[in-house]
Amino acid sequence: MSQFVIKASNLNRNFGDLKAIQALDLEVEKGRIYGFLGPNGCGKTTAIRLLTGLLKPSSGEVQVLGFKLPQDAEKLRLHIGYMTQKFSLYDNLTVIENLQFVARIYGLSGRLQRKRIDELLDIYGLGQQKNQMAESMSGGQKQRLALAAATLHKPELLFLDEPTSAVDPENRREFWEQLFDLSDQGTSILVSTHYMDEAERCHKLAILEEGIKRADGSPEELMQQMDAHVVEIASSNLRQLKQELLTLSDVISAAQLGSRLRVLIKKSISDPLAFLSQQRIISSTNHLSQVRPSLEDVFVTCTGESKL
Amino acid sequence: MKAPLRIYAILSKEFTQLKRDRMTFGMIVMIPLIQLMLFGYAINTNVRHIPVGVVDQSETALSRVLLQTISATQVIRFTEHYNNVQQAEKAIARAEVRAVLVIPKDVSQRLVRHQTVGLGSPPSSDEETSRPIAQWVVDGSDTMIAAAIKSLRSMPLSELQNRPANRQTPTFEVTLLYNPEQRSAVNIVPGLVAIILTMTMIMFTSAAIVREREQGNLEMLITTPVRSIELMLGKIIPYLFIGALQVTIILGLGNVIFNVPIIGGLWQLIAATLLFIFASLTLGLVISTIATNQLQSMQMTIFVLLPSILLSGFVFPYEGMPEVAQYIAETLPATHFVRLIRGVVLRDVEIIDMTFDVSWLALFTLAGLVIASLRFKKNLD
Ligand SMILES: Nc1ncnc2c1ncn2[C@@H]1O[C@H](COP(=O)(O)OP(=O)(O)OP(=O)(O)O)[C@@H](O)[C@H]1O
Ligand SMILES: [Mg+2]
Repeated sequence: MSQFVIKASNLNRNFGDLKAIQALDLEVEKGRIYGFLGPNGCGKTTAIRLLTGLLKPSSGEVQVLGFKLPQDAEKLRLHIGYMTQKFSLYDNLTVIENLQFVARIYGLSGRLQRKRIDELLDIYGLGQQKNQMAESMSGGQKQRLALAAATLHKPELLFLDEPTSAVDPENRREFWEQLFDLSDQGTSILVSTHYMDEAERCHKLAILEEGIKRADGSPEELMQQMDAHVVEIASSNLRQLKQELLTLSDVISAAQLGSRLRVLIKKSISDPLAFLSQQRIISSTNHLSQVRPSLEDVFVTCTGESKL
Repeated sequence: MKAPLRIYAILSKEFTQLKRDRMTFGMIVMIPLIQLMLFGYAINTNVRHIPVGVVDQSETALSRVLLQTISATQVIRFTEHYNNVQQAEKAIARAEVRAVLVIPKDVSQRLVRHQTVGLGSPPSSDEETSRPIAQWVVDGSDTMIAAAIKSLRSMPLSELQNRPANRQTPTFEVTLLYNPEQRSAVNIVPGLVAIILTMTMIMFTSAAIVREREQGNLEMLITTPVRSIELMLGKIIPYLFIGALQVTIILGLGNVIFNVPIIGGLWQLIAATLLFIFASLTLGLVISTIATNQLQSMQMTIFVLLPSILLSGFVFPYEGMPEVAQYIAETLPATHFVRLIRGVVLRDVEIIDMTFDVSWLALFTLAGLVIASLRFKKNLD
């Protein structure tokens, strides 16, 4: 097999007139964590469903772990794990019953099954809850159970659709530790998210908007190659300043962060500080400084969410 | 050999979920129990004690004896007296009584000349002598009640004159082989097995796949290596046991409470019942792959259930139905099962001798499984 676990080219999927995925090219390297970053409805779930063989593409080529989709979808199933966006295990079964169910579906029985389930309960800290009904568990516990179930058969490739949407920041950190452990053991992971901090942890990521991939690369690359300068302005009348700046065509966006205004200015302006100082609204008392771009800046620059 | 384990995974999951669902579990036992009581006691095709009125225009001792004689048949029960026919007809319209007996003024003369009394006078074509002695005015909307009163048309009246009955030799002799006392329960209880199984079996499985879809479990399930046919089998096997439990309740209690004999062999009974349960379960599965939500699956179940009740021979004899209805009835598993179970339970038939019904149920099951497995696509399109 090549170094790529996922290869898609010119992938399209329509729902009636709606183009949910348009001309998506994708290459995911083995053993890496690849992120899909994008707002609600941008097509993250649809893309994952296409890559798992749950949906048939309207056109385009997909190869996952060397299997051609959708023809070989059935053969692929043994090798992938999929954690759905919505909890899809059984609410009226206990933790252990859910895991037993999944284990049997993957052909694990007897001593091997018990051993694997104990291992998972231990890894994901579910030992205490093992006889608790899934529906009565907290969001974070459910999500750990779902991850345990998705990784039970030690898949080579793991799809996680917004796995941390119901999880607090601390649990999210812990969750990501577990993802890195899996990645370390050789599992390739594709994860979708709309959290910037989460996207920043991925080895590589693609920014999706309205079914179109706007950019991809490692977070560092994306930040370096970003098509804008970032300037922070400290001032007292930030709301008014923001309104004024947004009327300028070379200003991509301006967002208030506490007592500072973070302004994105087009790369075509060679000296952004000088450019801003020339503006009537900027007085000499305002403090301007050019700062390093963040992933959020990248996101704002390459999606249409400018001029907010 | 992972397939049996996957089927086991599905079926043990179904069992656990069912065990948790107290209400459903209760209904599995209560439906056959309560329906058996209701139908066993309430459905009685031997109509008795119909409330009727009387308009006695003669007011003689004879008319009173006549009323007593008719009451003695137990078919009717005189509850009201009316002064004239108009009043009586209004009472029928109000459903106060279902029929009225109008006794004319000249009842004595009519009776004397009447042939059933047997005075020896030869049957006459004379208008005067061939008149009936009284008239029934009947609410004909209920055919069963009308038929019961019609059966009184030629009742013998010899006791009225204290004469021995003028016995007529019947044209035919009738020997009732089964159910000689003509009790309705004997016919109804085995038929009830068909109706209750149709209802519960189709209902359970028709919701089976739709529910997984509605609750979002399907997306997880179809990314696993489980095959459609394994999923289908895992979904129906638990309900085999439930069906068997229900049959035991109905036939067992039917035997104890209503004295419905179980003449045929146990293995015959089990084989017939399993065939029918399988057929119903797969029909439910097919519904489940067509419906997109549980309400739809429920409606489709009822769509099958109603003709199963009315056309299977449970309520009306198959032979009496028009040809089109018979064709429809033949497509329903319930029709074939009603024949089989009545045959086995009441007449000790070997089901092998009912090849048509047996093979029809078997083929239905097979076709159902294939259709359901083919229709169930392992994707979300
Ligand atoms: N089965 C479907 N039929 C019609 N339209 C669909 C279907 N599934 C998704 N869509 C549409 O495709 C677009 C992409 O949806 P998708 O669920 O992939 O978004 P997403 O990025 O996962 O969003 P979220 O962050 O809210 O989960 C949306 O506009 C959605 O309405
Ligand atoms: Mg989604």
